[in-house]
Amino acid sequence: MTLKLQFDFLVDQEKSTITIKREFAGKRQLVWDCHTKSELLDRWFAPKPLTTKTKSMDFREGGHWHYAMVDPTGQEYWGRVDYLTIQPIDNYTSFDGFSDATGAVNPALPRAKWHVTFSDAKAHTLVETVVAYASPEALQQVINMGLKEGLASTLERLDELLLVLN
Amino acid sequence: MENYSASLNNVFHALADPTRRSVIARLGSGSASIKELAEPFGLGLPSFLKHIKVLENSGLIASEKVGRVRTCKLKRANLIAAQKWFDEQRAGWESRYDNLDNLLMTLKGEDDDT
Repeated sequence: MTLKLQFDFLVDQEKSTITIKREFAGKRQLVWDCHTKSELLDRWFAPKPLTTKTKSMDFREGGHWHYAMVDPTGQEYWGRVDYLTIQPIDNYTSFDGFSDATGAVNPALPRAKWHVTFSDAKAHTLVETVVAYASPEALQQVINMGLKEGLASTLERLDELLLVLN
Repeated sequence: MENYSASLNNVFHALADPTRRSVIARLGSGSASIKELAEPFGLGLPSFLKHIKVLENSGLIASEKVGRVRTCKLKRANLIAAQKWFDEQRAGWESRYDNLDNLLMTLKGEDDDT
């Protein structure tokens, strides 16, 4: 059985936010657990083909999750989520940043504040994640980091893109 | 070729407006003068020029004045780069959430077994 679940992805550069809304076929408690227990986060958080590996997890206000996303060659990309506020099973806020293997946050890269909200949508759960950067410049820095890798790409998809924009 | 090292500023703000998206789409089929670009919109020239300014500042288009005519062209590489970033971010979240769909299915299965 395939269900068409809601998925919205929106970049608002003036507000320096990225908003992601997604519906999940599961009860709110279960979806909450998947976001807040490291043994469950390890099973989904990294996009394919990466996998997630938790070094430490202390899910409480003031605590943090230190984890790596691991690519198929074994290269580790470390991250650290610092929890600010937690209202089970409604919402939490956190700082999401790049770190190293020791858990030290990289101060040269912008940290984003995440507001993650869970609500009931009939039999499903709606999760809204707002990723907010401190300024449009900070979001721009993150965009430019990604752009550096993609700049030499081919132009073949432009026609398709222009049709979408029209 | 475009200058690949040029950084993009406020691209997503530039693309958030329907008039500006139409201008980008129009320039995809070739360069055009400001007058040609403004025609379909029924906007006063000063309002329309504000949109052009936003697009220029974003790095998505460039304009050049020859005689009395200002001609705009698309900076294709920059538009593609911006779209690629957006697609990658979106794809990353999609993939992550597909994983979560599968996990939820598995967990529900485990729950039924107990």
